[in-house]
Amino acid sequence: MEAVVDELPVILGAFWLTVKLTVVSGVISLVWGIVLAAMRVSPLPVLRGAGTVYVNALRNTPLTLIIVFCGLGLGTVMNVQFSRDDLSLNSFWLSIIGLSAYTSAFVCEVVRSGINTVPLGQAEAARAIGLTFLQTLRLVILPQAVRTVIAPLGSLLNALVKNTTVAAAIGVMEAALRMKNLFDAHGDAIIPIFLGFAAGFVVLTLPMNLLAGRLARRLAVVR
Amino acid sequence: MTMTENSGGAPLVRLEGVNKHFGPLHVLRDIDLSVGRGEVVVVIGPSGSGKSTLCRVINRLETIDGGSIVFDGQELPAEGRALARLRSEVGMVFQSFNLFSHKTILENVTLGPVRVRKISRQQAGQRGMELLERVGIASQADKYPAQLSGGQQQRAAIARALAMDPKMILFDEPTSALDPEMVQEVLDVMTGLARDGMTMMVVTHEMGFARRAANRVVFMADGQIVEEGEPSEFFTQPSTERARDFLSKILTH
Repeated sequence: MEAVVDELPVILGAFWLTVKLTVVSGVISLVWGIVLAAMRVSPLPVLRGAGTVYVNALRNTPLTLIIVFCGLGLGTVMNVQFSRDDLSLNSFWLSIIGLSAYTSAFVCEVVRSGINTVPLGQAEAARAIGLTFLQTLRLVILPQAVRTVIAPLGSLLNALVKNTTVAAAIGVMEAALRMKNLFDAHGDAIIPIFLGFAAGFVVLTLPMNLLAGRLARRLAVVR
Repeated sequence: MTMTENSGGAPLVRLEGVNKHFGPLHVLRDIDLSVGRGEVVVVIGPSGSGKSTLCRVINRLETIDGGSIVFDGQELPAEGRALARLRSEVGMVFQSFNLFSHKTILENVTLGPVRVRKISRQQAGQRGMELLERVGIASQADKYPAQLSGGQQQRAAIARALAMDPKMILFDEPTSALDPEMVQEVLDVMTGLARDGMTMMVVTHEMGFARRAANRVVFMADGQIVEEGEPSEFFTQPSTERARDFLSKILTH
């Protein structure tokens, strides 16, 4: 217990990195996932095909592989750099690419299932007053679709919080990697340290789940 | 067959040799039909006769397999912005209202003017309230569609169509999904529009409305126009066996 108290600033710092990974890749995944969903329902076969290939490729590849590829493939081989001298900043952004690329595929499928719940008549009415395809999607279909899938989007966010630990694989000093380091430093306090980190994740995810549930009820579209 | 065009010059809509299939089903067979400016055409016929499809091909919610449709002197555009522009000039009222569920009644009415016509929100709001006044639901402006009765929703849908200042309004069975006590309030609004000179094509089973407001009745069966004529003539002495049979089934009770 003492070790947890002593290392509290370090632990909180690690969780702050976890939060940053979650928020940044969460926002990117949401935006990119919605774009992918739009591609998958678009009237253009090329866009539909590209969306389908992307989603199936990313959804069926383990996240660890994707993150490691981002670190070594993008970072080392293809020399994608975000900072010349700050290596940790570099791996931070590379892991965000991996997390976003992966999570957006799931966001796409959730949003697409939401689009399927919007009655066809809504799109017909929108087209009938002269809205273009993109306007119809943006102003009529997506607002209704997203509202119906807030709960599953919340689950994705919950999974994302925990998935950020995979960034440890390329040396991002987030909660999981920090925990392992603390294990090495405090071999006698492994269980308290573990419990401390586990509690930290619960503190992050539990309020999020409650908020998602409440939002889902409040924003539900009544038909 | 008569082609009444009560205001001289070219008709607003002209369909020539229009054909449409749904898979093996031949739902529109060689349809020739013109609607003049200010004319009210009521389309009747047994279910499955292609009436709704006829209505929906005019703003290209359904594509056609053959023939041509000319609206206001121009062939219907196939897609893209030109098609969106055409649709903004042809109002449509659906059987199931299709009001945007996540928007208030007033927002439903102003969405098109603001986003398509690029009119200011304030101006669109003012005009929207006038239209809601006209269809008698101004007091419901800030409610959501699900909070309104069917009749009120359909009147809101008519206001939404009117807000675009369309050259024509298509009505696809506008009262078929309504409880009986709400049919009249919607028909009253439609009769008012007809009196004010709006060009209308109305697919309906409301024979009273057809008699009262239509300039012409078009009777369809099996994807074809079987007979057309003035309502007084059509209802009292239909010239085809199909029409006589249909009328005897719906007018006896």
